[in-house]
Amino acid sequence: MTTRAVLGLSAYYHDSAAAILVDGRIVAAAHEERFTRKKHDSDFPRNAARYVLKEAGLALKDIEAVAFYDKPYLKFERLLETYHALAPSGLVSFTAAIPVWIKEKLFMRSMLKDELAELGQGKPRMLFPEHHLSHAASAFYPSPFKEAAILTLDGVGEWATSIIGLGRGRDITILRELDFPHSVGLLYSAFTYYCGFKVNSGEYKLMGLAPYGHPGSGQVERFRRLILDELVDVREDGSVLLNMSYFNFAAGLTMCHDKKWAQLFGLPKRAPESELTQGYMDLALAAQQVTEEVVFLMAEAARALTGAENLVMAGGVALNCVANGKLLRKGTFRDIWIQPAAGDAGGSVGAALAAWHIGLEQERVAVAVPDAMQGSYLGPSFDDVDIMLTARDYKAPYRHFTDFEELCATVAGLIADGSVVGWFQGRMEYGPRALGNRSILGNPCLPEMQKKLNLKIKYREGFRPFAPSVLEEDIGTYFDLDRPSPYMLLVAPVLESHRKPLPENYDSMAMYDRLYIQRSDVPAITHIDYSARIQSVSKATNPRFWAVINAFKQKTGCGLIVNTSFNVRGEPIVCTPEDAYRCFMRTEMDYLVMGDFLFSKQDQPSWAEKQDWRDEFQLD
Amino acid sequence: MDFLKDLWGFLKERKKFWLLPIIITMLLFGALIILTAGSGSAVAPFIYTLF
Repeated sequence: MTTRAVLGLSAYYHDSAAAILVDGRIVAAAHEERFTRKKHDSDFPRNAARYVLKEAGLALKDIEAVAFYDKPYLKFERLLETYHALAPSGLVSFTAAIPVWIKEKLFMRSMLKDELAELGQGKPRMLFPEHHLSHAASAFYPSPFKEAAILTLDGVGEWATSIIGLGRGRDITILRELDFPHSVGLLYSAFTYYCGFKVNSGEYKLMGLAPYGHPGSGQVERFRRLILDELVDVREDGSVLLNMSYFNFAAGLTMCHDKKWAQLFGLPKRAPESELTQGYMDLALAAQQVTEEVVFLMAEAARALTGAENLVMAGGVALNCVANGKLLRKGTFRDIWIQPAAGDAGGSVGAALAAWHIGLEQERVAVAVPDAMQGSYLGPSFDDVDIMLTARDYKAPYRHFTDFEELCATVAGLIADGSVVGWFQGRMEYGPRALGNRSILGNPCLPEMQKKLNLKIKYREGFRPFAPSVLEEDIGTYFDLDRPSPYMLLVAPVLESHRKPLPENYDSMAMYDRLYIQRSDVPAITHIDYSARIQSVSKATNPRFWAVINAFKQKTGCGLIVNTSFNVRGEPIVCTPEDAYRCFMRTEMDYLVMGDFLFSKQDQPSWAEKQDWRDEFQLD
Repeated sequence: MDFLKDLWGFLKERKKFWLLPIIITMLLFGALIILTAGSGSAVAPFIYTLF
């Protein structure tokens, strides 16, 4: 029997990626940035495509169809009609955007064919599913549900900014669509921009900043009212109507009209990297609250329209794990499944799945349990030889363990003593989160761990929270969550029994003083509002990661560990042993584990680079 | 050829024929700029002929 394969691609906007399906099964998927070391790389994913073909053991001639994650002409139509409607005010933006279209993007099919020709011979059929159909497919087909309501939310695709649909069997039916410029994703991005973070990458920082706002203060409520009265009209079904006199993204090169926003909120646009004052924290909280309201209303509308008991989600806004956690607790749906690569990179898997089930009319044979993403460990892996070659190149001494349990016990002891350990195992994760194969691990019980990780290892803002990876069987011991959260996409409260009382003057304390108050017996992963962004680790999905957390539990009694992505600020997550070793040596990380090899910083030769490596990565 | 086929398919499907003159004009100007890019000012040699 011959195999049938589909290659999915997302590219030319941000977060390029490639994915491959063989007989409907996701065999490999990877982000281009991990290979090129350029964060959010938007080029054609030639390295990622080469990798997924290699992983599947196929050549381009074996590929039946190539699916690109959006419809370029429809996007061009949106651009032209928007400029036409707003002329002449969009002239500057027009002259910046249109030449790229005239020169390249209008010839997308030829461009893709040329790029594919570089990968090998073959003339696969080319398909272009719509952007939100790709998101919807990435959410529904790999989910554990036979039937589910579908909600996709992001900035913008072609026209759509959000859709509600129904997935049943191999069919996806779109029931409602919200079109540009009215977008909850762009609204959130406007606040990201106004609070001094980068659009399309800093949204999670705004989410992390929100809990520092004072929820009971009059200012948060005032901001929330201003947003709802002036910036956005939120309808009963979650549709949003933006007041475009406040926004500039449709015709200009910024997200909003800074002066009008400053007048409205009495707060100027924050300069990047400048001090974070209470006003921006309150604004972030108000923006988060409005976003949550919209997501809840849309979910209720999806429930009413479809009658389905389960919900699947994708699109950049679905990475808002605070909203996801609250939506789950509201009980609108019995269960929720969120695509781990919910952003545009996930469009590559979605496009491939849409091509397979809709374009090639292939049935969805069986519903996968727990899901078809295989823990999202879909990227490249490296064996002992690769690791030893890297060690040889850098003359790096190591200790090799023949017994993995012994390695875990040793690492658990090091972590318990306060060391920070780089953990590099098996296949790289697909999606923005490190889920235990390209992670940096630390002891969650130590009060200084958050500070150490942020300032000495990751070189990022001190306010940023860290996530716990908890043994799946121990979730209920620490968190108010009654089900697994394998992809770090649900935020839930730390249980009362683990919390510690706050000082009486807590609310009047400065941000960093509040941050470093010990709020629970796992302070490094307890955010300022007692919440945590949870990854549950199952023995079946990732036995090695489970084993090291379990060893830590044997040693300390604590069944969870701090897990942050293996990179420094502005750097893509490491891919190869060489990337990992370099990151290890550049930071104050104490130990590195790659496969069965343990590298101690103390034993390594001195590390010198010609130029400061911090210049290599743009701050995100 | 791919481009013309795709463009026609798109205009027909979406019934957006009014976009055709805009696209053609932009493509012509684009081609003009690319073809004359080597001669210093891109549109200078055509300025009197065109306007």
